[in-house]
Amino acid sequence: MQEENEDILEQITTSEYKYGFVTDIEADEAPKGLSEETVRFISAKKNEPEWMLEYRLKAYRHWLTMEEPTWANLHYPSINYQDVIYYSAPKQKVSLSSLDEIDPELRSTFEKLGISLDEQKRLSGVAVDAVMDSVSVATTFKEELSKVGVIFCSMSEAVKEHPELIKKYLGSVVPATDNFFTALNSAVFSDGSFCFIPKGVRCPMELSTYFRINAANTGQFERTLIVAEESSYVSYLEGCTAPMRDENQLHAAVVEIVAMEKAEVKYSTVQNWYPGDKEGKGGIYNFVTKRGICAGDHSKISWTQVETGSSITWKYPSVILKGDYSIAEFYSVAVTNNFQQADTGTKMVHLGKNTRSRIVSKGISAGKSQNSYRGLVSVAKNADNARNFSQCDSMLLGDKCGAHTFPYIEVKNNTAQVEHEATTSKIGEDQIFYCNQRGLDTETAVALIINGFAKEVMNQLPMEFAVEAQKLLAISLEGSVG
Amino acid sequence: MLKIENLQARIEEKEILKGINLDIKPGEIHAIMGPNGSGKSTLASVLAGRADYEVTGGSVEFLGKDLLELSPEDRSREGLFLAFQYPVEIPGVSTTNFIKTAVNEKRKYQGEEPLDAAQFLRIMKEKMNLVEINQSLLSRSLNEGFSGGEKKRNEIFQMAMLEPKLAILDETDSGLDIDALRIVANGVNQLRSKDNAFLVVTHYQRLLDYIVPDFVHVLYNGRIVKSGTKELALELEERGYDFIKSEADQAV
Amino acid sequence: MDAIQFFTDAYAQQSSSLHLHAFQQSNLDAFSTMGLPAIKHEEWKYTKIRNLFKDGLTYTPTLSNSEIKFQTLKGTEEANRIVFVNGLYNAALTHLIEAEGNIVVKPLDTAAGDEDAELVKKHLGHSKDYHLDGINALNGAFAAGGVFIKVKPNVVLTQPIVIYHVTDNANGMIFSQPRILGYLGKNAEATIIETYVSTGNSESLSNEVIEMCVERDANLLYIKLQNEGAHSSHTGTTHIRQLEKAMTQAITISLSGAIVRNNLNMIMEAEYGESHMYGLYLLNGNTQVDNHTIVDNQMPHCFSNELYKGIMDDSSSGIFNGKIFVRKDAQKTNAYQSNKNVLIGANASANTKPQLEIFADDVKCSHGCTIGKLDEEALFYLRARGISETNAKALLLHAFAGDILQQIKYEGLRTHIDELISERLSFQI
Repeated sequence: MQEENEDILEQITTSEYKYGFVTDIEADEAPKGLSEETVRFISAKKNEPEWMLEYRLKAYRHWLTMEEPTWANLHYPSINYQDVIYYSAPKQKVSLSSLDEIDPELRSTFEKLGISLDEQKRLSGVAVDAVMDSVSVATTFKEELSKVGVIFCSMSEAVKEHPELIKKYLGSVVPATDNFFTALNSAVFSDGSFCFIPKGVRCPMELSTYFRINAANTGQFERTLIVAEESSYVSYLEGCTAPMRDENQLHAAVVEIVAMEKAEVKYSTVQNWYPGDKEGKGGIYNFVTKRGICAGDHSKISWTQVETGSSITWKYPSVILKGDYSIAEFYSVAVTNNFQQADTGTKMVHLGKNTRSRIVSKGISAGKSQNSYRGLVSVAKNADNARNFSQCDSMLLGDKCGAHTFPYIEVKNNTAQVEHEATTSKIGEDQIFYCNQRGLDTETAVALIINGFAKEVMNQLPMEFAVEAQKLLAISLEGSVG
Repeated sequence: MLKIENLQARIEEKEILKGINLDIKPGEIHAIMGPNGSGKSTLASVLAGRADYEVTGGSVEFLGKDLLELSPEDRSREGLFLAFQYPVEIPGVSTTNFIKTAVNEKRKYQGEEPLDAAQFLRIMKEKMNLVEINQSLLSRSLNEGFSGGEKKRNEIFQMAMLEPKLAILDETDSGLDIDALRIVANGVNQLRSKDNAFLVVTHYQRLLDYIVPDFVHVLYNGRIVKSGTKELALELEERGYDFIKSEADQAV
Repeated sequence: MDAIQFFTDAYAQQSSSLHLHAFQQSNLDAFSTMGLPAIKHEEWKYTKIRNLFKDGLTYTPTLSNSEIKFQTLKGTEEANRIVFVNGLYNAALTHLIEAEGNIVVKPLDTAAGDEDAELVKKHLGHSKDYHLDGINALNGAFAAGGVFIKVKPNVVLTQPIVIYHVTDNANGMIFSQPRILGYLGKNAEATIIETYVSTGNSESLSNEVIEMCVERDANLLYIKLQNEGAHSSHTGTTHIRQLEKAMTQAITISLSGAIVRNNLNMIMEAEYGESHMYGLYLLNGNTQVDNHTIVDNQMPHCFSNELYKGIMDDSSSGIFNGKIFVRKDAQKTNAYQSNKNVLIGANASANTKPQLEIFADDVKCSHGCTIGKLDEEALFYLRARGISETNAKALLLHAFAGDILQQIKYEGLRTHIDELISERLSFQI
């Protein structure tokens, strides 16, 4: 019985990666390696203005002085930054006058991934920016959004079309010099999404970017910037996949969010980069810096992430609660199996008065993986009446994996109230038996129990994503009763 | 329906069941009584297929099949239901969802179409009245934060939904006040038919005032040492287990 | 002066060791390689340890005045007494009331060369792998001045052993390096209390390492009481190895000091070990207390429970870092950890980092921590009953600390510490 359970656990946790195909499309690539030349090459490819090139070069020069961080609970062979291709764009017509002109090969790639670039076929209510390797290939519903003043476009386009906004906000939350990977990203980022929600506008649909790595040996370095002006609202979704390849590929992204007074930004991620095979070969190295600032009073930023992919995850979506009465949330489910390693969590930096933050983290480890929660809650001297509540739970499936919790709590104000709770336990055999007794097989039982364990986080996802995320957690419950 | 022959089982190195014989026919209610540690709950667990127990001898036939060969879920799908003494809590899993999954798994096993949401809800409403359980409880996470009485009522409710052939009630009366006991017993009596059977495991006679058994067996030291009708239960109530113990100990 | 140079000089001045020379030398070498930890060092993130090693500290390589007077710990008047002066074991001031043959107390250097040499070899320096930061190695370079304590198998001590660390700092800034190796034989029971006193008001720093082995079925109660005053700094490691079914209760109480760092390690080396760890830090002024605890579960079926509580007034700072490791073979581990802090002072701060590192699956581990103020409801309730705000706060804080205090089973000592706390909380009735 025990053995049988373990077999089934093994089956569940070693299911095949479904998005591992490769699209055969000709690409326009930079030569391997990183130098000032590479940075200039990327900037030139994108016809960037001089100030953007300067920004990149400054970041590059700073990067040269920095060292890769080693404090995370991650072990991987050192990365050869000269062995990476920093720019790769699928070849298509120079400029598209309409979405119909997208290369059919690209179109079908995204169809296969469940992302239709055809506005008519799209479920209404979601606009998509599709990014393949280094460039954005299509952005849907742009016109409709522009009617209410919402700007949603690729970063390359934004640099050209909205230089004043980019100059003002790019790097304002995550400076190029913030860390090794932000410096690298700032030097070589190739594309990404830009969202701007003007004052008082509630964005009429979900905005979404789908990231796809396709070409071999390339790194992806995207950049996302979301600016929500006073009293605006936007919900933003991000998804990502990559082909199955034997070598590790580098992904180093930067996401910045600015929320002005009374603005609210909800950012959801389903991260499903290729995790490597059962022997731990291949997979994406995912080094991401995500940070938002609640710049205005009564603003709110909420991060939700479902992390199932990547062989290495290094990611701490954070919020600086600067405005008084601002609110921040972090909801996370991180699943690791086989040889995956995740070191993920959040930082909540309370600067304003009466600020509140909430952290809910659920880690599920299986196979021979290592899953770490790392978080910081800090309350500054003047952040009167700050509140934080954190709950970090870990579940272990099998005895060859590890679960780790590293919370840092730093309080310098005597009116603050901070609470942190964490538990670690294995999946309950009595729970599995109870389900068995009611006629559920062990596979269903495990899926059900994991689903229950992660529910508080899954509930935060927009409907459409929740379904995909549930499947990702190996949950095959058919139908549900309201 | 259920034929147990010379069943022996142990947990780790400890022999607990030392040769149980029991024959249950459709329509019958059997009560298993006995002092603490006599093996009552072990018997219930072994029949349901709990992995902690190792069957070391004997056989169990259920509806013509070798019960011991079946996985716990298949035993359930074949119509064996165990109402747990300590129903487990599963956070985040709604009770309704859970029961629907269980009902449809069973239907699939029997080659029937799954119930759709409307059909399921209709049946659920019907059975809810039976055990006087309310909707709010069923939309909460499975057994999480339920009182003792609520957990037991939820067990009986699940039994009503799954319509088992043989239901084993493992100390269902423990921790229940008299009102809850009456509700639980009432549920059982309404589900009773000529086609199904019950095995009621209990320490006290109290429950048997409400669920009247056809046969009463006394389990002591891993064996059934005395069988009789409901009068035996009354005698036990009056005289305690000691007379059984001394009788049995003398016999050995 | 450069720290490495300073200590190499001091090392050369100490009296030569008979049997621990190699041990001392290897520790000095390790220290010379590692140096003192910078705040970049993760384990020293909140404690600026380098500031402690300032110019003017002196190391006294030989025993000072044996006529030294110091105040004994209230409530333990009847106890066995072991005395260190400026970090060196002082046999003349040591006084044992326990029947001869039940316990053995002798210089560590002696033990390393007699019938207990095996024990010394086995246990001395076991803590070093847990502290790769130079501080532990530094103490090791001066280990020969330490003491060896052995409680024989099956002996139940009737009175505690109180270890006094006396700093004779009436005439200068003192730096000391006390070292203790303790051994509780099978089925033995003992209480060891460490306390720190100084004779003057000059600054001082004691860098201590106490290593203990609690044998099978043995039972240890360990209490560390710090109330030495605002001029005294301390870095100390208490390292306890527990064998099968051993049980240890450790209580660490810090009431004053300049910068205080307490490491407490519970090494659960065998099955069915049990550890209870309690800590109280009640701080004011500029005191900084940094408690680091490690529970290393290596074998199955061990249990540990940990509760640390902090009250920080004025500009004081309380730090808690608790690690629970559950190694691959340590199935069925139950480990709980809780850290609760109340910030009173306007400039007070609390930093806490409870950590779980788990490599076995069949475990139940949890930690929780809170940082907050006093419960306003409770405060209001008391005031509504006519209690002044000051007294209401004192009452609540006293109750908050009470959870830890009540763990001390010696009534006299508990009453004494309770009085110290009441005095501090300016409880006025």
